[in-house]
Amino acid sequence: MLEVRNVSRTYGEAHALRDVSVTIQDGQFFSLLGPSGCGKTTLLRIIAGFEDPSQGQVFHKEKRIDNVPANRRRFNMVFQRYALFPHLNVKQNVAFGLQMKKTPSAEVEQRVSEMLSMVQMETYGTRGVTTLSGGQQQRVALARALVNRPEILLLDEPLSALDLKLRQQMQVELLSIQRRLKHTFIFVTHDQEEALTLSDRVAVMNKGRIEQVGTPQEIYEYPKTEFVARFIGSINVLGGEVGDGAADSLSFVGPGKRPFIIKASRDGSRPLPSFAKGTKVSLLVRPEKLKLLKSAPGPEQNTLEGTLKEVLYQGPITQLFVQPKETQGPVWVISQPNTAVTARKQFNLGEKVYVSWLPEDCLLLEKDGNGSGG
Amino acid sequence: MSSTKPKPSRFYGVISALTFIMIYVPLATLVVFSFRAPTGWTFDWYTKIFSDQQIIEALGMSFFVGTVSTAISIVLGTAAALTLERTRFKGRGAFDILTHIPIIMPETVMGLSLLIWFVFLGVTLGSFSMIVAHVTFTLSYVIITVRTRLQGMDPQMEEAARDLGASPWQTFWKVTFPLVRPGIVSGGLLAFTLSFDDFLVTFFTAGAGSDTLPMKIYSMTKYGVSPEINALSTLMLVLTLVGVLVIGAREKLSSPR
Amino acid sequence: MEAVASRPIARLDRRIFLALPALIWFLGFLLIPLFIVVIYSLATRGEYGAVTFNFSLGNYFRIFDSVYLKIFLRSLQLAAVTSISCLLLGFPVAYVMATASPRWRQILMAMVVIPFWTNFVIRAYAIKFLLSDYGLINSLGMFLHLWSEPIYFSNSAFSVWLGMVTNYIPFMILPLYVSLEKFDFTMLEAARDLGASSWNSFWKVLVPLIKTGLITGLIFVFTPALGEFVVPDLLGGAKTMLIGNLITEQFMKTRDWPFGSALSLLLIVAVLVSLTIYLTNRDSRVQH
Repeated sequence: MLEVRNVSRTYGEAHALRDVSVTIQDGQFFSLLGPSGCGKTTLLRIIAGFEDPSQGQVFHKEKRIDNVPANRRRFNMVFQRYALFPHLNVKQNVAFGLQMKKTPSAEVEQRVSEMLSMVQMETYGTRGVTTLSGGQQQRVALARALVNRPEILLLDEPLSALDLKLRQQMQVELLSIQRRLKHTFIFVTHDQEEALTLSDRVAVMNKGRIEQVGTPQEIYEYPKTEFVARFIGSINVLGGEVGDGAADSLSFVGPGKRPFIIKASRDGSRPLPSFAKGTKVSLLVRPEKLKLLKSAPGPEQNTLEGTLKEVLYQGPITQLFVQPKETQGPVWVISQPNTAVTARKQFNLGEKVYVSWLPEDCLLLEKDGNGSGG
Repeated sequence: MSSTKPKPSRFYGVISALTFIMIYVPLATLVVFSFRAPTGWTFDWYTKIFSDQQIIEALGMSFFVGTVSTAISIVLGTAAALTLERTRFKGRGAFDILTHIPIIMPETVMGLSLLIWFVFLGVTLGSFSMIVAHVTFTLSYVIITVRTRLQGMDPQMEEAARDLGASPWQTFWKVTFPLVRPGIVSGGLLAFTLSFDDFLVTFFTAGAGSDTLPMKIYSMTKYGVSPEINALSTLMLVLTLVGVLVIGAREKLSSPR
Repeated sequence: MEAVASRPIARLDRRIFLALPALIWFLGFLLIPLFIVVIYSLATRGEYGAVTFNFSLGNYFRIFDSVYLKIFLRSLQLAAVTSISCLLLGFPVAYVMATASPRWRQILMAMVVIPFWTNFVIRAYAIKFLLSDYGLINSLGMFLHLWSEPIYFSNSAFSVWLGMVTNYIPFMILPLYVSLEKFDFTMLEAARDLGASSWNSFWKVLVPLIKTGLITGLIFVFTPALGEFVVPDLLGGAKTMLIGNLITEQFMKTRDWPFGSALSLLLIVAVLVSLTIYLTNRDSRVQH
């Protein structure tokens, strides 16, 4: 178990990390996700031992490690630009860590070839690393780290330099290696799709703070802050304030004094938020939870009236853009699966339409300081 | 780049040719006449300079001063370059400027300031004072060359070595040094060439009786022209050119990274 | 609570001590000597070359003596003539290089750089040899019956000029080439297309855009040329006293070190002024 306790990191006046605490269980594929400059790489480098925290501590197996130099931590890193040693060949690169530990050469030989075959690079042992393609360098970097049997493998945006197809292929391989070895992987990325696909748990970071830690599903379906909601996937936002509450529901008063109803999710995983009446909040709904209608539905559904601005056919889904009648804010995005049902309904641009969704399908979150909720 | 480049006018071509003639004809004449006998061609001037004890001594002195000052510059310069490129500390900017001063300072001023200082300290002028003076300017060139190499080297390399369990010392010898070695060698060649070639700083710090080759040539030219000077100069030209060509070839080899 | 206790000291990166030997070297053999030059410039020459430390500005006032002022002006004149000659001859070379094919560019670059690496005593001597009474030029002239007696070229203004220009021209060509190499030559076509004469497109488009290279080149030539003494010494004989020779003489012959120190500080001031011009000139380009 790795535990980061109240870690801050400042560079002069700049705060890279502000009071970050997080616990990572053994054997997890854990992602640090956030936009560039959010502090995720700094946190990884503190765990690796390349940076010292300005404040706070790091514990591994209940032992404090933030004062242990990088070369004495049993963690290994896959670097963003791989950092393979250009003066050594593939085998020598992979063997480097074992040789530093004065491992007997027979064992080095055996473990290196084992590892090279695991990453499917066994035929490249004597090649110079500069002659390899990006994907091959990636595999060597992975082998070089894993051959040391690290207690934790740290990965600093290792896939960002690869093209889309290779990236997807490497994602699958990374995941299968992690499942097989059951090492803890800490993976830094700015790609939310990658984080959702690969991780057991994700920490979403913003401006040096951890906004939320949870499973990919929790992060996507029940974001705790507007930042998380906006950063993961796309989401429609309406600004307003909390209206009257009832036993199992809450009302939200949006632009044009129109009320919307919010309910707890049916499985109970997201309870009804407890806001006092009059609190400034944002209402958020994911595009795939929305339906587009030609006439207003019943009062049990939330409905927003607007004008259809654009229709984009994208193969599996169609995206529709609606300008809500009562706000000048951003257009709403509705994504509909392309089925026989939706195909029958044809909408014309400029047409008056109704966007509707279930009270269980929307979120109510405290207004983000820098959000532009509409 | 596919921008259309105009052909320069013939006038520019003629001026350029004239400029190169101005630069090269004197040097070429010198080289040719070093093989010239009153009638026909000869190597006599070369055998003559090699039997001149003073010239041999000057050549030896040049090599000695060049080698020792290069060695000192390489050790001090590589260490300083590492600090400048890989660490942050207060006064780093000031140190950076300090390392560039010997390059912009007029050589005359550097030479005479060292002369005053040596006399003030009571140091006898000779090979020791020359070595100290040469290191003072060659050191800067080694620092700059090694720094350039370090800048081209991903600092993640060193972190990767640490991450794989290498101590700072192991990291230096197993990763940093092999990767910056081309820079150290180029810097050393540069330092040696500059030291071997130097006239002005040497002029002030050599003292009596410890001539280097350029000093010897200078004092010989004071008495007018002679075929021996031609031969000696040609020799010197060849030695420097070899140094420059080796540096150039090394850079060409290492540049398409 | 222990959990919020801050770290007292960050781990010290011991690599900073690696710079210590170089730092000590530069302090001991660069800065202290310079400081001593300043001290000496405020002293006075005593009997037989001894130095009296009486701290007066007398040496600086002496520079304004008409004898020295003349020498200073002559040095300025030589440096100016050298810079302008280098510009007039170097610009075509840089232009030809910038518009040449990559292969020719490399060859020309090598041709510019190689003499820069050869010893300048040798280069000066080579010119002296070429122009000597029975050197190539005189032999050729007399062989072709262009003149019958050796022309006394050496120790003339011409040989000094030739020595200075060939010595410093690489410093002009290289910065000019760097500017011209970045220059988009289609802009000249654009200027012509908009009705500019070739004269106008040269002065209104090309020159403003390579201004940095021009100024850098002029400074790189002017500054060292100002303090030059070997070339005039070898090629001009004793007739042309310049500031460089004057300084050297104070140290090697007259043994008036305090006055020599004051003169050399003047040289440093000239370098600092040029450096400031160079740096501000470079910065203004960065802002664009």
